[in-house]
Amino acid sequence: MIEVSGVSQVYGAGAARRTVLDGVEVTLSEHRIGVVGSNGSGKSTFARLLNGLVEPTRGTVTVDGLDTVREGRAVRQKVGFCFTDPDSQIVMPTVREDVAFGLRRKGLRGAAADPVVDDALARFGLSALADSPAHTLSGGEKQLLALCSVLITEPDVLVLDEPTTLLDLRNARRIGDVVASLPQQVLLVTHQLDLLAGFDRVLVFDEGRLVHDDAPAGAVDHYRRLMA
Amino acid sequence: MTDLSLFVPGTSLLHRLPAGAKLLGLLALSIVTIWLQSAWQVGAVLALVLVGYAVAGIGPSLVARQVRPLLWFLVVIAGVQVWTSGWQMALTVVGTIVVLVLAAALVTLTTRTTAMADAVVAACRPLRVVGVDPERVGLMIALAMRSVPVVVGIAQDVRDAQRARGVRFAPQAYGVALVVRSLRQATALGDALLARGLDD
Amino acid sequence: MPTAPTTDAVRPSRRPARDLALVAVFVGVIAALGLVPGLQVPGFAVPITLQSMGVVLAGAVLGGRRGFLSVVLFLGLVALGLPLLAGGRGGLSWFASPSAGFLYVWPFVALLVGWLTYRMGAPYKLRWGIPINVLGGMVLMYLGGVAGLMVFGKLGFSAAFAALAIYLPGDAVKMVVAALVARGVHAAMPDLLPVHEPVDDAEPVAA
Repeated sequence: MIEVSGVSQVYGAGAARRTVLDGVEVTLSEHRIGVVGSNGSGKSTFARLLNGLVEPTRGTVTVDGLDTVREGRAVRQKVGFCFTDPDSQIVMPTVREDVAFGLRRKGLRGAAADPVVDDALARFGLSALADSPAHTLSGGEKQLLALCSVLITEPDVLVLDEPTTLLDLRNARRIGDVVASLPQQVLLVTHQLDLLAGFDRVLVFDEGRLVHDDAPAGAVDHYRRLMA
Repeated sequence: MTDLSLFVPGTSLLHRLPAGAKLLGLLALSIVTIWLQSAWQVGAVLALVLVGYAVAGIGPSLVARQVRPLLWFLVVIAGVQVWTSGWQMALTVVGTIVVLVLAAALVTLTTRTTAMADAVVAACRPLRVVGVDPERVGLMIALAMRSVPVVVGIAQDVRDAQRARGVRFAPQAYGVALVVRSLRQATALGDALLARGLDD
Repeated sequence: MPTAPTTDAVRPSRRPARDLALVAVFVGVIAALGLVPGLQVPGFAVPITLQSMGVVLAGAVLGGRRGFLSVVLFLGLVALGLPLLAGGRGGLSWFASPSAGFLYVWPFVALLVGWLTYRMGAPYKLRWGIPINVLGGMVLMYLGGVAGLMVFGKLGFSAAFAALAIYLPGDAVKMVVAALVARGVHAAMPDLLPVHEPVDDAEPVAA
């Protein structure tokens, strides 16, 4: 259960002052939640609030009662995060090392991590690439690796910030299928509205405000009208 | 990481020696060279190093490639030494440089980057008492290795973008675009490290 | 004293991760600048590459501490066997070669340039930036280079200096370009350089 109460997010000061989020108030408990909005609507900042990557200027965000500012560490163990650009989130030189990186926080290192890593790579169809340098992977493989590396830590919630924006249709579908099969609570920020089929709830952001909050059909309608 | 390293795969004795042993051997050799006096002694050590190349199964062309970039300096040094101290001294000095360069290259050519990095992390362990965290050292090496191809990719993008706009190569514009885009990448990487539990 | 508003990126809790990322990514920048095909200047035997400019920039952009670490890490990767030096060179052998003096002094070039640049603070000024780059990237750099030739090549000071003199004109140009690049970067990313009154050593420190 994620509770966002009275959150505003402001960057800069004086003339450069920009309000990115304004008075957002929402409780998230559904299994599948989508977030849509135009570029600059604040949806990406909203996603980053949920694991404490961004700390709210005003208001509070809690995950299962844990405050994202005061207990950021514990929150980030509960909330996994997948970014748009896989190149910025793959942090280790080879596929195997990158997947193993997330296990450090569980105290699993070196050979002890190997069986867990092998298992995860097999689930994502990455076994053949285990010892490949990360930079030789295709865009789709990189995003799968990123997802694999996040999920190996078994977070309770997964937040994805436009994970398919840089991918072709086939790879986007592949990521969509993986996400659909997850047991975790998922919050998906996206421009690809077809990924939201079967979701429980969709939030629409516009100019820093949460302007619509509905089942997918209604929310997507609202979003289309907003963009028209 | 084979495509980003100078490592030459093989199964020779030198390939199988642990990285730490090879590094210690290299250190010992470089200390020995301090006492080399005559061209004959240098020649003997050079022969030993070349035997090492033969054992590792590395051919003459790769040996020559290690020395070729130094040619300009070696010629200058040899010239000055012949002029000031005679040809014997010139041979000794130039020979010693070649010995050190070839021996160091032999370690590099027969050792995987990962094995070398592990040796460095192991060597850092005693430094724990002065506040060096060996694991952090290993993490930084891995992060930097990961960043090289990413930034090289950014560099290619920047070059292509400048070419597409028909701009002649301008070091200043190229430098600003490369550094700014790389720093943005670093911000994203910092976020990812935090999201993936660096602070745990 | 009032400083720039704290943006999310520079909050204390963010610093270790962000600094680690900056240090690692700049290793890539120094490597990428070595890949630029050398500008062949007519009459000079040695092509001019932008790599030593990368070392100066590490200091001028990241500051002394982070710049120093970044250059040390870059040299570390070279020593581990990655071909990151200009022209695809790498490996341990370069630390025993006649030009090794340059490599050994590089971290200190970044440290000096970075320390002075961050002392100057925002906004970046060319009238300070260029002399700072020359002091670190030429004066200190050539002291290292000459010392290296004296140690590894057993040359006297003047012979060693003469052997390196062909690099001087190219390096002078690079120091000016480095200052122009640093100014452009700091204009685009204003939260790097500290804003301070004359005496305030406010360089960000990593945990």
